[in-house]
Amino acid sequence: MSTGQGISTGQSTNTGQGTNAGQGSLGFVMLCHTALHRAGQVARYWAERGCPVVIHVDSSTPDAKYNQMREALADLANIRFSPRHICEWGTWGIVAATQEASEIMLRDFPGVRHVCLASGSCLPLRPVDELREYLDARPRTDFIESVTTADVGWTVGGLNAERFTLRFPFSWRTNRWLFDTYVELQRRLKVKRKLPKNLVPHLGSQWWCLTRQTLSAILESPQRKAFDAYFRRVWIPDESYFQSLARLFSANIESRSLTLSKFDYQGKPHIFYDDHLQLLRRSDCFIARKIWPHAHKLYATFLHPDAASHPRAEPNPGKIDRLFAKAVERRIAGRAGLYMQSRFPNSELANGRTAAQYSVFEGFAQLFEDFDTWLSRVSGTRVHGHIFAPERVEFAGGETVYNGSLSNSARLRDYNPRSFLTSLIWNTRGERQCFQFGPRDNQTIIPFIAGDPNAQISVISGAFSVPLFQSNLNFSEIRAEAARLQRIEAEMLTLLRAPDVKARVRVWNLAEFVENPMEPLQMIVDEISPRSLRRLTEVPRLTDLTGFGQFLQNLRNQGMKPELMGDFPAGGEMPGPGGRRQRPYLVR
Amino acid sequence: MSLAGSYRLRLRRKRLLAKALLHQRDLRPVKLRVETIRRNTVLLFCTLRNERVRLPWFLQYYRDLGVGHFLFVDNDSDDGSREYLAGQPDVSLWTTKASYRSSRFGMDWITALLRRYGHGHWCLTVDVDEFLIYPFCETRPLRALTDWLDTSGIRAFSAMLLDMYPKGPIQDQPYREGQNPFEIAEWFDSGNYTISRNWGYGNLWIQGGPRARTFFADDPKSAPALNKIPLVRWHRSYAYISSTHMLLPRGLNLAFDEWGGEKASGCLLHAKFLDTFALKAQEEMARGEHYADSREYKAYLEGLKEQPDFWCKWSEKYINWRQLEILGLMSKGNWA
Repeated sequence: MSTGQGISTGQSTNTGQGTNAGQGSLGFVMLCHTALHRAGQVARYWAERGCPVVIHVDSSTPDAKYNQMREALADLANIRFSPRHICEWGTWGIVAATQEASEIMLRDFPGVRHVCLASGSCLPLRPVDELREYLDARPRTDFIESVTTADVGWTVGGLNAERFTLRFPFSWRTNRWLFDTYVELQRRLKVKRKLPKNLVPHLGSQWWCLTRQTLSAILESPQRKAFDAYFRRVWIPDESYFQSLARLFSANIESRSLTLSKFDYQGKPHIFYDDHLQLLRRSDCFIARKIWPHAHKLYATFLHPDAASHPRAEPNPGKIDRLFAKAVERRIAGRAGLYMQSRFPNSELANGRTAAQYSVFEGFAQLFEDFDTWLSRVSGTRVHGHIFAPERVEFAGGETVYNGSLSNSARLRDYNPRSFLTSLIWNTRGERQCFQFGPRDNQTIIPFIAGDPNAQISVISGAFSVPLFQSNLNFSEIRAEAARLQRIEAEMLTLLRAPDVKARVRVWNLAEFVENPMEPLQMIVDEISPRSLRRLTEVPRLTDLTGFGQFLQNLRNQGMKPELMGDFPAGGEMPGPGGRRQRPYLVR
Repeated sequence: MSLAGSYRLRLRRKRLLAKALLHQRDLRPVKLRVETIRRNTVLLFCTLRNERVRLPWFLQYYRDLGVGHFLFVDNDSDDGSREYLAGQPDVSLWTTKASYRSSRFGMDWITALLRRYGHGHWCLTVDVDEFLIYPFCETRPLRALTDWLDTSGIRAFSAMLLDMYPKGPIQDQPYREGQNPFEIAEWFDSGNYTISRNWGYGNLWIQGGPRARTFFADDPKSAPALNKIPLVRWHRSYAYISSTHMLLPRGLNLAFDEWGGEKASGCLLHAKFLDTFALKAQEEMARGEHYADSREYKAYLEGLKEQPDFWCKWSEKYINWRQLEILGLMSKGNWA
């Protein structure tokens, strides 16, 4: 007897109209257009458990399929089929179909007290008895999401209050141009429709559960003709007709839907698959839509005759809400700093150029002998050498391949420096990256870094001359190289001082830095690791600059103009404490 | 894009389609079962030559995903591939002795078949060493993806080529017929890809990975392209331009978001680097039938002699699609 599918065996307990008084108190109106076999399965499930069902099938669905469904459900006495309408999205047809089906429900099943509107892709998540008990305990309550237009944030397409004040005779699906043009025309002409007396427009989910009293009051209202005529030209009336009218006739509205139904950012319903099973189970909602028609496991599980329910609780779709909210966020905002096949933001977007904060140091490695090891020790970060050096990428520890299998080949890097940097920062997210930069390095990356709020750039201008000062080159070569590097660094500083720079940039010239190195170092380290706000107890070793002033003077004498280094007294001793002592002061 | 520009692309597309029509005559049907194709069947199109040992796992993999019918073009195999495919119940097979090179590396043949049989279907165009991974592929069949793409109004789904490789020299672990190739080639590069925009056709140009790192470190520009758009709701007026890297009309190439968001995308796991590769490289070099004078294979052969190991300590071991998603190689987009 058990076929695994379970539900279609017809061996259920209560076939036909309610066998006991309470059984028939809940009825379903189903609007179907595709996957009729699934809709039929659900209708059978409800009908066999004593809930009358009135089914409406879109008249654009092929007749063969419609007849097939009628035949399949012919053995059930409490199922009715209502006259078919064309149900194009956003048009009156859906409301007309709902009205007519509801009338049949109220007429043919006098025992029904609550009517629940469902679609062909809905699936009950809890045994129908639980829903019935829930409603029996709230016999006068109408469950219909109904919110005034001013409070609605979720409508898609920009039409909100205008849904009610303009006319929409043209199809949005097939005649988009006419639709848009006519809307625009009415806006220009400042057309405003007059609302029927007393009516306050409300919007809400299409899927409601109304009491006989309220529903019949809506359908039998003396004003119905006027209401219908008005809503016929309202945009998406299925989300406003009952939602507005219920406000006029209901004594007790609970503004929420019993059907779990979530919409994505395009206004399309999210779809549930087999792998949502546990999530749906734990939601404690009564009905969910929309279910993928091929989600065999979901249908088999929730329609199974022994589908047991765990301890009853109020519906709590919080987890599902979060899941879908996250999905929408991923689609709209994405992951900052990620560049990949389906996310490639325009470069003008400053926000999220890179995935995490990082630091760029220019001149520090030249001025201090052990800057990188010192920095990585005091700040707990990864400190690379010149990763844009012309010879190779100087990864920390001299690695030839780095995180994410980034190669240290300078050619590969220079082929697309921006991809290289964004990959490095993305690959190492969770660990702050610091690297050295200088005028010898590939400068094409500078505009990108300068426009990146994640970058912290610290420059000791003119420090590029220190290795030249220590080098063993002929002075004419030194002079030429110094002039070249100075020109490059000056260009870079111009870029870094532009008004549209987003990076945090700090520039000292060599002379002022040497005079007081502690303060800048403390500031930089504090910024990198703000939690460890403590005084530096250890500082990197300053390179020996004895004679540097004379070196600069020699450059001047040779006709070059060293500008970026600041004022070093020619030939004299180094200024400040740094020159006289091997290590700068520790200010305690 | 200027009017003249779009007209040029239109001409280009018409030319591609005309060329495909011309090359349709190359194809000789071996065994056709196209009458079994239903309205919703997902189709797979593939050109191959001498891939017998790979076929059982390939067919199994895509059958499990829910591909309903396979359309193969056999380019003069002599290892039994043809006979094997002809015996499969869900395969339609054509064969040709014509030049792979002069038929735009098989794309003219495929375009002809796509135009004839693919119209209105979701069509997957892959090589026998490419395996599609998409979000939720462990729990949701391909049909769930294509249904979702349909309701979202998306016509093309991108899946970047992800080169997979074994640890140690590729000759060390021989591939057995029917074996999951990713038991051997289970490693990949997670974060060394370069991306730029191709403004002419509107697609992204992705390069990098282990091939760029080992074979093309001196000439990164020549490294193979990894961007692919293999899954398309086909219309008879569409045409692939170069392999499945890009299509016309160019709107189909906009499989990425420009404003910071992420569209849904997948990966094509590339099982090229198995022990069969060295043999293949030699054969293809001799035939000279591959893209850009078989430059790729030339580089491989040179590279393979000295450094036959792609593996490095930062190589990532493949686990599942969620791993690829976290690493940022593919995305769920707003599919949940």
